[in-house]
Order: sequence, then structure tokens, then C-alpha cells
Amino acid sequence: MADHDITDNLRERVAEAMTTGATLRLVGGDSKSFYGCEVDPSATTLEIAGHRGITNYQPTELTLTARAGTPLSELRAALDDAGQMLPFEPPAFDGCDGALATLGGTVACGLSGPARPFNGACRDFLLGTRIINGRAQVLRFGGEVMKNVAGYDLSRLMVGALGSFGVILDASFKVLPKPAVTRSFSAACDLETALATMREKRMQYLPLTGASYVGERLHYRLAGATSSVNECAQIFHNDIAGEEDDGSHWQALREHTHPFFDDTRPLWRLALPPGTGPITVDSSSADQIVDWCGQQRWLLSDAPADIIQACARRAGGHATRFRRGDRNLFQDGEPSIQLLQTRLKAAFDPSGLFNPGKLAAGL
Amino acid sequence: MSVSAHTPDATEMPAAARNHLISALRDIVSAECLLTAQDELAPYESDGLAVYRQRPAVVVLPETIEQVQAVMRLCHAESVPVIARGAGTGLSGGALPRPDAVTLGLGKFNRIIEIDAQHGTARVQPGVRNLAISEAAADFDLYYAPDPSSQIACSIGGNVAENAGGVHCLKYGLTVHNVLQVEVVTVEGERITIGSTAPDTPGADLLALMHGSEGLLGVIVEVTVKLLPVPPVAKVLLAAFDDVERAGDCVADIIAAGIVPAGLEMMDNAAILASDDFAQCGYPRDAAALFLCELDGSATEVDEQMQQVIALVERGGATQWRVAKDDAERAVFWKGRKSAFPAVGRISPDYYCMDGTIPRRHLGTVLQRMDALSKEYGLAIANVFHAGDGNLHPLILFDASKDGELERTEELGGKILSLCVEVGGTITGEHGVGVEKINQMCVQFNSDEIEQFHAVKAAFDPNGLLNPGKAIPTLQRCAEFGALHVHHGELPHPELERF
Repeated sequence: MADHDITDNLRERVAEAMTTGATLRLVGGDSKSFYGCEVDPSATTLEIAGHRGITNYQPTELTLTARAGTPLSELRAALDDAGQMLPFEPPAFDGCDGALATLGGTVACGLSGPARPFNGACRDFLLGTRIINGRAQVLRFGGEVMKNVAGYDLSRLMVGALGSFGVILDASFKVLPKPAVTRSFSAACDLETALATMREKRMQYLPLTGASYVGERLHYRLAGATSSVNECAQIFHNDIAGEEDDGSHWQALREHTHPFFDDTRPLWRLALPPGTGPITVDSSSADQIVDWCGQQRWLLSDAPADIIQACARRAGGHATRFRRGDRNLFQDGEPSIQLLQTRLKAAFDPSGLFNPGKLAAGL
Repeated sequence: MSVSAHTPDATEMPAAARNHLISALRDIVSAECLLTAQDELAPYESDGLAVYRQRPAVVVLPETIEQVQAVMRLCHAESVPVIARGAGTGLSGGALPRPDAVTLGLGKFNRIIEIDAQHGTARVQPGVRNLAISEAAADFDLYYAPDPSSQIACSIGGNVAENAGGVHCLKYGLTVHNVLQVEVVTVEGERITIGSTAPDTPGADLLALMHGSEGLLGVIVEVTVKLLPVPPVAKVLLAAFDDVERAGDCVADIIAAGIVPAGLEMMDNAAILASDDFAQCGYPRDAAALFLCELDGSATEVDEQMQQVIALVERGGATQWRVAKDDAERAVFWKGRKSAFPAVGRISPDYYCMDGTIPRRHLGTVLQRMDALSKEYGLAIANVFHAGDGNLHPLILFDASKDGELERTEELGGKILSLCVEVGGTITGEHGVGVEKINQMCVQFNSDEIEQFHAVKAAFDPNGLLNPGKAIPTLQRCAEFGALHVHHGELPHPELERF
């Protein structure tokens, strides 16, 4: 599909919704519609995938701007050509390697892949956005430069807001050179040993870009300059003898194509403070894998939501219902923060046009 | 020094209201934490941008979060504006007092609450100095990455409020990338936690929103930062060029080669001469430009990359280059750059530091046009440049004792910032808007965007009591300023060449 700027058309659709009182369900590649609560079924679909194309890519300045409908695969290909990457490894979840998943959806969901604790999150690399707010105004915040403190940071506010604040039109990102070499290993060990190893290695200056515990094996990934990766491989090997693999583990983890995710139970994501030990939700049905040096646990469980959420809270973190289960549930949060979110929603979208109910009931 | 033409004029608080406020504040804080006498208030008249001065109604220096809450509750009930202040080192007048407002100094919150070396976090009070965090973490071979040039004095609470940068931003990010959680007291006096040591707090990213909000959304009373392991090796290369653009091109070559330097700092000839006179750092005085390129990492990695950088510098036409042979010489290389501001202060009665960011590919154009502006105004400009991330600090040399020279300097500064916006950059990379760049906000943002900022402000502070008049201009002010809105390079008549 060709590059296309449909800003005017999208703005007209929003203006029209304002006058008719309709609400809008924002859809990019429709690859992550499972994520979040169910949008009010009476909402009209606003397709954004047609608004696509890379508008400015400056490899020597490490910045890239693209329209929201640009597929991740197209971005990856352009970055590949210059030996660069989106360092937060956004998951596509589209079963076709990012041919459907869009940049706009990536920002709206704010999800990051296995490299997140080491390289940073989606929000860390976002430099600016152009949006349509609920008054049908086209607004631009942030920019295409790395240092920019003019005005409030309203572009990062779009990350993880699931389209509640506006239609994302385009986004600018900081990108980074790809590492010269990437090597992947795994070693059999118990969970406690794996968590302790992750904790210890993370606080050393090492080129670590992945640390997970899946199938009773500690998986670790090293990436960077050839010399330091090879040195680090030896350091790991001295502590915990690992076998080198082809690295496909990390993509399977990122895209949820690993067999673990093939299940009928609700999938939960627990985000936890560094150093959190083993988490036990309920003794019988729970099944877990560990990523992000222990800071992210994927949990398959039929346990009631409040039990899972309380469990994450006790550990100082929070739980997200990720796939399956009750579509009216997503995340819980502090009432004072929820109140601010509600007021911010009204500040951007006073008539509640965008994705009603998606982030939380009433939002 | 004369008072700037842009100092906002708020009316003084009536004596009866002030006396009432003082007596209510006495019930909250002890006598020595409440400054009311004119001589006590004088040191709080300005922040690091001393051309703007105003005396506050009172200064309160609370010692506990409960006291901050009580002060906020009182001021909220009485509709008294509150201006939070950290170390007072800000360079945009963000902490400039008002005669009708309470200045809430957070200097007594100077305790590092906890260093968790095992998990790489530090929980600190907002008045803790930036450098003090790294000093405390050094015992564990850890450090706090953002290093604004004022790091010896500036406080972490102020760093969050301004989203402070530093010379290592390209590789290690800004304050927003290195803070995990903040405790905030709202305008109503409620204490809330924003962010978490667990990743990706639910909902919209309020933590990012607090960064750079310049005290307009809440008062920061505690900060949890990320600590990083100290890189085993750091090496720095100095390269000199007989042409500024050639130096800029060489920077681009280094990044294109897949190298992300820990620091990449450029200076023009005026800045080289001033710094070398001041710091005796052996800079090549005849160079049109030089840059310092610092690499960090494991010993082998740094050596590998330094060889690549040397090859690129040679190919890029450097007139000379050298690598600091040890940490002592590395410190000398950096001493010149880090003392550039005081060095310029020595050669000129006053200087005015600008803070625009530009896409680096426009460096040549921007420098040429600044040169033309410099000649037009008869005011010299020295340039220091965070070349890795495009953040430009033109230092305008002036003499405030000369009639009208400050006003002309401000006008020239404004034109430089408009130029940064015109090429697709921003009016402030790391110093903030404060009162200083409030007019230029009307250049960078259109009225719909400014209205959106006000709507966000109202979600936190509907009555506009927190740091009023800073950071976001009123639409009326923009109309009076009559700015040509050069939105992200989308100038009227873009077909016209503007050099």
C-alpha cells in the first residue's frame, strides 16, 4: 500500500462525530484489539491504517517519524537498511511479523519486548506525536529532537492510554544502531537460582539485553560490541553453564508464539519491582514464565481477578488482564490516580468520543 | 544588573492578607522556617536567571511532607499562589517569585532516604543535590546518570520539574528516563504516588507528564531514581576542525557508524578561546570548532570503538586529534568544556545562555544565520553544543550596564529561538520555559495546542495556583507578542529561501 496522508479525512470524521454525538473505536492494524476493556459496541470504527508512510528518517540523528498507520514491518525494514532498530522491541501480535501491527497501535498500547529492562520502554524512545483531540483539533507535542522541554510532555501521555486521549496521527522516535553481535543462551536451573542470577548480573556492567525463565531454564541474551559480548558470555558460562541457541526464543516470547501462551485460561501480566521473588497466586492452576529480569511475569490462571491483582499489589506491582477472561476488567489503580486520568480524559476529549470504556469503565 | 523588560508584574499581597497568611503559616512551621523580613526574602528574589527579580510575599521552608501538605491546604483555601523552589539554579526563571505568592523552598528536604544497591534504586528527598546521589552510590560502583552542568548544586526535585539533561543524554537519557517514581503533593494538599519501581504503571504516563512540568502540576516531595553500574572504562578524544560544518558532518559519521558516544560536545572558536584562557586546558586555539567524543564501556569495546572514531575523524578532515592518555588528562579535556559558561562570563560583563535544540543537519544554516544576527545586533555569540542530541547553547555576550543592551540581547535571543523552531527544533532543550521563553512558546505552539496545555493544567490545578504565569503563555499574551507562528518549519511561503 502506498504512503498516504489522510489527516484531513480523519479530522473531518472526528468533527462529524462531535456534531452527531457518535463515538469512535480507533483501529490501526486491529492486531491488539484483545488488549484493554471492550470498547462500547455502539462506537463507529475509525480506520487509521490508511494513514501511513515514513515521513522523516534521519539515521545520523537517530530519529524517525512515521504516520500512525505505518506497519511495524515497514519501519523495521527501513531501519534495517541503515543498521538501526526500535530498541524497545515492540511486539506486533499480528501473526505476520508486523505486517499488520501499526506504529500508532504500538504507541497507544505502550508495550515493549524482552529488551525493555535493558534498553528502555516504548515511552522512553518516543520524542513527539501529532494527534487529533476530542475537539477535532490537530495538535503537535514534543518533536523530532531528543531534548525538548517546551510545554508539558503530552506525547508520552499517549503511551499506554489506548487511544483514550486522541487519534494518534504520527509519532517520532529515537532509534539506535543495531548491536554488532547478538548471542543467546540457556541453562537448566531452578527459579530461585534464575532470579538470583538475573538480579546479580543486572547490576553489573554487562551487555545483557534479555533475561527470562521459561521451561525451567534461564535464558539470557547478550548484544553489543563483539569483544564485550564474548567476554560476557564467558562470565556467564563460569557461573552457570549455558548452551548457545539460535535466539528464536526471544521472538517467541515477544510475540507470544511460544507454546506456553497456547492456552485457554486467562493470561495475566504481572509487573513487579526489581528483586521480587517467586510469586504464588493459587497453588493449583497457576502457570508462569518470567521475563524482564523478574520484573514481568506471564501468568495463566483461572483465579479471580481480585486475588491476582492483590497478589501483584502485595509485591509492590500491578496486574493486567492481558488476554481472555472478563473483558470488563483490565488494570486496577489508585483512586487518586484514576481521578487524574478521568480529568485528563476530559481535558483532551470532553465529549468522550474516543474508545469509550477501553481504558477503564467510564473512560 | 538591571531588571528585565519581561519580568511579569503581579500586584503585591495586601498587608492584611499577608499578616493573616503569616500567622496561619506560623501554626504549620517553626519560626526559623518562615521568612518574612525583607532582608530574609532578598536571597530568594531570583533563581539562576538573575536578570529576573521579584520579592516573594513570604518564603516557607517546610521540613516534613505533612508540613508541605498543610501549607498547600492553607494556600488552596486562601487562594494564594505557591511557587515551589529547589536549589534555585534554574536558568529560565521557573522559580521566579511573585509578590502575591508563597515561595515554597524544599531545601530542607536534603536526605538520601535509601540506596538499594542490590536493585539499583535510590529513594531521595527532593532537595538532595544531583551529584550527591552519585557520590552516595559510588561505594557500590553505581551512579545516577543525568548530569546537568549545575549538578554540584542543583536538586533532584528541580531536575524532575525541569526534566534536566546533561552531557550524557544521548546514551543515558534525560531525567525522565532515569526516574521511576515521584511522591507529589497536589494543589489541594493531597499526597499521591506517581510511577512505581514496577514497570509501566497502569494508564496514561503521569510520571512523564510530571517531568518538565515546571512546578505547575504539583509539588515533588520525594523521588526514586534508577542507579546504573559505573562503566569500567571511559576514554575521550578531542578533535579540531577548521570548519564548524565539517565538525558537524564528522559527528554524523560517527553516529552513522553505529557508535553511540557517552558524550559528544562541540564548541566554536569563541568558546574555545574563552575556555582555554579560563581553564588552561590546551585546546587548539586556532580551530574553528572542536569536539570532545567520550566513549564508555568495557575496555576492549572502548578500544575497538575508539579506533573507529579515530579513523572517521581523520577521514573527516580533522586538523588535529588526540585521545586523553589517562583519567587526569581526560579531566583536563572536560574542564574546558565544563567551565565554558564561567569562562565566557570572564570575557564579558554579562552573558545570556540560550538553549534551543535543532536537528543537527541544520547546524551549518543555523550557525550562519546566528552569525548574521550577531552582526546585526552588534552582540558577540559564543557557541557550545551538545552535538550528539542537537542541543545548542549560544552564549550572547552583553553589558547590562549599557542602556537598552539587555533588551536587545533578549530580542536577539528570541530570534535565535524562533530560528530553532523554524528548522524543526525547539525553543528549549533542557533549561525549561519559565518566564524567560514564555513568548517563544507562542512561536512553537499554535493557540489550539496552548489551549490543550491549559486544559491539562486545569486537570491538576483548576484555579491556577501553582507557579502561575510560567511555562505556558495565555493566548492573550501570544496575541500581544504577535508572534509569527513558525510551526515546526511550516513557515508561510516555504518556497522562499531564508538565509
